[in-house]
Amino acid sequence: MSKAKTAPKAATAGKSAAHNTNAGEELVFTRPASLVDRATHYCPGCHHGIAHRMVAELLDEMDLADRTVAASSIGCSVFLYNYIKVDTVESPHGRAPAVATGIKRARPDKFVFTYQGDGDLASIGMAEIMHAANRGERITVVFVNNTVYGMTGGQMAPTTLIGQKTTTCPGGRCQDREGSPIRMSEIIAQLGGTAFCARGSLDSVKNIKQAKKYMRQAFEAQTKGLGFGFVELLSGCPTNWRMSPVAANKRITDEMIPYFPLGVYKELEGDGTCGSLIAPGTASGSAGESK
Amino acid sequence: MSRILVTEERCKGCLLCTTVCPVSIIRQSERINLQGYKVAEVRAEDMATCTGCTSCATICPDMAIEVWRGKKQKKAA
Repeated sequence: MSKAKTAPKAATAGKSAAHNTNAGEELVFTRPASLVDRATHYCPGCHHGIAHRMVAELLDEMDLADRTVAASSIGCSVFLYNYIKVDTVESPHGRAPAVATGIKRARPDKFVFTYQGDGDLASIGMAEIMHAANRGERITVVFVNNTVYGMTGGQMAPTTLIGQKTTTCPGGRCQDREGSPIRMSEIIAQLGGTAFCARGSLDSVKNIKQAKKYMRQAFEAQTKGLGFGFVELLSGCPTNWRMSPVAANKRITDEMIPYFPLGVYKELEGDGTCGSLIAPGTASGSAGESK
Repeated sequence: MSRILVTEERCKGCLLCTTVCPVSIIRQSERINLQGYKVAEVRAEDMATCTGCTSCATICPDMAIEVWRGKKQKKAA
């Protein structure tokens, strides 16, 4: 996915410099320049690494890296600042959208994104994400949904599927007792300030490429000044699902995608001025009014 | 000729790359890296069939795979 135009810069800095001169072949996939060359602390098969790489690739491809401020969350992704070469503010649990709101309002010229998990965004941070989306803050949220609290040891999250066993629902989540898994993309799409909302998945090459397109559109919702951009990424947690990485990917395909359907839930067009947002193909009316 | 380069000290042996390779040349080796994982590898004799599709690198969560794609034949001729 990282095309040749970004490759030479990254390759010459690393150990691959010698190979880069080989005639007859070109480097078509390497580490994006915004991604730090170090081992991650994530478990084998964890999809955070893929999501990090997609964010870094887009920051490079859209030439945003120099003016980006990230608000990272609490969870396994707490060490985002170790892996992506942008300025990062570490937010209190669930409050990344509120922190990002402050950054964006103080420095409207900056590109601001948050990177949150489902225990962070859909549980303790529900109020912040709802109001940030409803206000139409010009920020982008990358929401990584793995249906479990990963860092703290696999407790039940609001997104845990019915019947899924976790350490706090060892018999499997029961709908009568613990309620239904929250579908965040559907909720965010209903709010007035949301300019783009989509759900992708990281379980297969095809879905990863599609998810990156969604992520690019969510970033563009901010760079064009349209409003709130939201992208949900279904991802795996092999450790807390007690599965092998390959089986975890299969679970996403077989169990998560049927409950969390992939696709674009909201997409508005406009010129960034107040009240100009409309759904594509709509002649009149402003479906997504903002501030 | 296309080829992949596995950075063995980054590989965590999750084997997701082995599930997406269209020519099924990636497999788990018996070598154990410093982190204690059995790394993915492509045997030298299998590398000729690599298509340079980048699927393995796309699904690798640890950026352990670089892909080099051979240029078209007309360039070499």
